[in-house]
Amino acid sequence: MPPAIQNPRFLLSQCRLPFHFTPAPLQLPPNPSLRRQLHRSAASALSSDPQTISRDPKSPYPSLPSPPSSQILSIRESLLSRQRTAADIADEYLDRLRRTEPQIRSFLHVSETVMREAEEVDRLVESGAALGPLAGVLIGVKDNICTADMPSTGGSKILEGYRPAFDATAVRMLKEAGAIVIGKTNMDEFGMGSTTEGSGFQVTANPWDISRVPGGSSGGSAAAVSAKQCVVSLGSDTGGSVRQPASFCGVVGLKPTYGRVSRYGLMAYASSLDVIGCFGSSVIDTAIILNAVSGHDRFDATSSTHEVPEYASCLISIDDLDSKPLKGLRVGMIRETIGDGVDMGVVSSIKDSALHLEELGAIVTEVSLPSFSLGLPAYYILASSEASSNLSRYDGVRYGNQATADELNYLYGDSRAEGFGPEVKMRILMGTYALSAGYYDAYYKRAQQVRTLVRKSFKDALDKNDILISPAAPSPAYKIGEKVNDPLAMYAGDIMTVNVNLAGVPALVAPCGFVEGGIAGLPVGLQMIASAFNEDKLLRVGHIFEQTLQNFKFVPPLLTE
Amino acid sequence: MMALICHRGTFANSLFLSKSALFTRSSSSLIHTLQALRTRVSPRAESTTSTLKEELIQPTTKRAVEQNIHGYEAIIGIETHVQLSTLTKAFCSCPYLYGSQPNTTICPICMGHPGTLPVLNSKVVDFAVKLGLALNCKMSMTSKFDRKQYFYPDLPKGYQISQFDIPIATNGFIDLDLPVEFGGGHRRFGITRVHMEEDAGKLLHSETGSYSQVDLNRAGVPLLEIVSEPDMRSGLEAAEYAAEIQRLVRYIGISNGNMQEGSLRCDVNVSVRPIGQLKFGTKVEIKNMNSFSAMNRAIDYEISRQVLLHSQGQSEQIVQETRLWEDGAQKTFTMRKKEGLADYRYFPEPDLPEVVLTKDYVDKIRRSLPELPEAKRRRYEELGLTMQDVLFLANDNHVAEFFDTTIENGADAKLAANWIMSDIAAFLKNERLSINEVKLTPFELSELIASIKNGTISGKIGKEILIELLSKGGTVKSLIEEKDLIQIVDPTVIEALVDKVLAANPKQLQQYRGGKTKLQGFFAGQVMKESKGKANPLVLNKILIEKLKGDN
Ligand SMILES: [Zn+2]
Repeated sequence: MPPAIQNPRFLLSQCRLPFHFTPAPLQLPPNPSLRRQLHRSAASALSSDPQTISRDPKSPYPSLPSPPSSQILSIRESLLSRQRTAADIADEYLDRLRRTEPQIRSFLHVSETVMREAEEVDRLVESGAALGPLAGVLIGVKDNICTADMPSTGGSKILEGYRPAFDATAVRMLKEAGAIVIGKTNMDEFGMGSTTEGSGFQVTANPWDISRVPGGSSGGSAAAVSAKQCVVSLGSDTGGSVRQPASFCGVVGLKPTYGRVSRYGLMAYASSLDVIGCFGSSVIDTAIILNAVSGHDRFDATSSTHEVPEYASCLISIDDLDSKPLKGLRVGMIRETIGDGVDMGVVSSIKDSALHLEELGAIVTEVSLPSFSLGLPAYYILASSEASSNLSRYDGVRYGNQATADELNYLYGDSRAEGFGPEVKMRILMGTYALSAGYYDAYYKRAQQVRTLVRKSFKDALDKNDILISPAAPSPAYKIGEKVNDPLAMYAGDIMTVNVNLAGVPALVAPCGFVEGGIAGLPVGLQMIASAFNEDKLLRVGHIFEQTLQNFKFVPPLLTE
Repeated sequence: MMALICHRGTFANSLFLSKSALFTRSSSSLIHTLQALRTRVSPRAESTTSTLKEELIQPTTKRAVEQNIHGYEAIIGIETHVQLSTLTKAFCSCPYLYGSQPNTTICPICMGHPGTLPVLNSKVVDFAVKLGLALNCKMSMTSKFDRKQYFYPDLPKGYQISQFDIPIATNGFIDLDLPVEFGGGHRRFGITRVHMEEDAGKLLHSETGSYSQVDLNRAGVPLLEIVSEPDMRSGLEAAEYAAEIQRLVRYIGISNGNMQEGSLRCDVNVSVRPIGQLKFGTKVEIKNMNSFSAMNRAIDYEISRQVLLHSQGQSEQIVQETRLWEDGAQKTFTMRKKEGLADYRYFPEPDLPEVVLTKDYVDKIRRSLPELPEAKRRRYEELGLTMQDVLFLANDNHVAEFFDTTIENGADAKLAANWIMSDIAAFLKNERLSINEVKLTPFELSELIASIKNGTISGKIGKEILIELLSKGGTVKSLIEEKDLIQIVDPTVIEALVDKVLAANPKQLQQYRGGKTKLQGFFAGQVMKESKGKANPLVLNKILIEKLKGDN
């Protein structure tokens, strides 16, 4: 059961300081503008007076761009104050979804019951009954996460029309918290890809520039949040599939610690690396979603029994901190991620972010992860090996598309040949090869040894630093079609993220700047990495970073046209 | 047509496969198991290139084997699959009940639906540790699961969750005594390993053979695979090994060990080599034996077949293959030739954490183990029972338990054994019951034995009471009272009876006194009849003789 956030005010009282550095004594911040910004976000979330929180959503150009605020908390406020109905809010999102979907194409399926579910929320509001913490929040769910009442294909033709018999644990928890699943988002087939061009059904466009990809494999979920087709969304991250599209689409993306969120109901790609993550337009929103879906699940033996802190509760009252809210925070910038082969604009955005963190009081140093470059090949061997096994069940015998065949071998062969796309076939072949007798030691076993090295190097670096930072991708969003015929270049694009999965640690990507491209520039995300189960630390740093980042507003031109 | 029953809203495909077409590409490793199924359905001896005359191989009696294999030695190793009697399957919460309607004990997890994950039933580990300890194995304090990968319609995930390089138990042994009627003897056979794994479903072939259907009830049922060292030398030893495994799993309560239901399945590897040769001969695997006697016969047949080939200088005709035992033909037939080793691409199962045992846990299970068959047999021997008795009593854990409780109540071991092995065993056989299904309790058996021993009732009455106790229950005491069965030992009562009989038969008495002393038996019978069988025969005869002599 997710902890109930019945009343946003409750969040304040729960606040505590997760850092192990000593917070500065309470004092008046010398920088009034910083103070005002911080205060505003806190106040807007907490005020019982609806007037103070009702910033006009239709005026995206305030004199100075305001930092992103929690959409979830503002929906909650609107409902509790009876300013807006859930049906109203659902209607607004559905309307925007319909308008933008022809260009973005982020959804494989849009729920037909959204309005009905929203009206149900309104009836609850009317009755004065307690509302779940996510009541009326419209959430997009990546198509490889099972939903009982909607098709779940994993982006693959082999599961076209397949409807699971059950909700994934994460989906069940979201529903129990009151969320409304708005639809299933597009993805690279079974998570194998970095552009969402690998979907068996359609190509999703980046809301910042529709000639570009949204990243992948959770491209649909990232684009949908960026284009405000939904409030928040679930993705999955095996080698960067949440973080890289978050960076490409200018939204916040969180990859939790392996085991933090149950994988039950997530179609397995690489079981030892897969984790369900989430997207939001603010750090608070990802924190609230993480809170809702975290925890041990008796249906997933690899889910952790580690305690689930109140992730969202510490993010509100940062106005209680001084002008150096990150004072003493040790930040390691990973040297290997800002060198050759990384887009200059991306590098300078990350370096600017480092400066910004320093201004907030952090101590930024460069750290080296010697095994960093080994991570990419090791990742592709391990992920492909596990995938070759995990995808064996798609044989056309029990569910999914079955080829017409009168001989067993053809039934298997044809069902899989027709059902799987080329990238999936390639990875099954690679993985089958790596696990074959005579090759196992040279590939799979070797890759496991590299994984151990990577884990150790992260541990060493995170013993000396509170967080590590790096780009989330070596470049901004690619052009659609740019990497289709160059799989190695596409794989190389995962260099920033795969090591984190090998190490199993959490990482948060928050928009940090822009590089040239498109009409309004292309967003760049900052990846922040912490030790296992230190999501609270990441979210707190990310929140402060986001709330104090000035002169940037991450609303795609599509929405302001 | 039987549709595959799936969970709510799940898309279900029935599996229609043309069986005749299935084998058109039989060289592919993917379908090797399917050939097995076909052979099982319609056994057909493969046209072997061998010139071996099958008729030369005699039906296998012990003597025939000994004659045939003169100068050769058979090497036999056995892989045994034990289906565990846990309430739920290994990795989901479905029950398993043998004989259920197809596809009624299934769920998304054991059907391998997308997104589902296995969660280990801790009972499986309990049972594995029990068996590992009972087989005197070294326990792996940390073991892990691996995936064994192959495609077959009865394997929903495309891989079987098993244990590969680190099984939960290794390096043990099992002790047994061969039956007295086969010459007896004690044997110790090595156990290579015990590992945990899941069972697959079953294919059901249509009568016309034009399609097959999948029943996943059995998919995910926990198994323990026991691999023996190649220590057996004859069909008898192999069958006795399997019987001892069955006894053991029943004793420790982890399986019903039923071979007909497939709860205990043995695959046997047989090779033959000239005595004195160090190198093993080519190994042949035999499957499809669903009784111990079938195992015995199948192995002896196979040994004879291989020895014959050796002795005819055709040992190259012995190839690595799997052969099926056909009970009807009393022969083994080629099922499939092995074309190199199958590559199952084992790798560690990422969905399951390592299985970590603590010393405390293992010790606790060790302490909870009952007395095992070998220990029981040695104890019974010390009680002075014959080996025949020992083997009979220890064979069935319920019988052994009954016997043990009976003697704990003070009954004489030899008498208790006799009662159990004769009258009780005969009753059980007649009524097709097992000893724990009858109304007789061990306590009452001990009472019965005591009552006879102290002269309260006669042995004859004891046998009558026993039948009553077995079928209707009750206590020895109440039956004796109720039916007034107490033996008459009072001489005055018996004297009165004798007087009565003598008075009623004056003619016979006269004949007796006239020298026809044979009539004593007649009078004794009459008195006994008059006493309703309760007169103590010793007292009766003593008084009768006195009276007949006519002292008064
Ligand atoms: Zn099940």
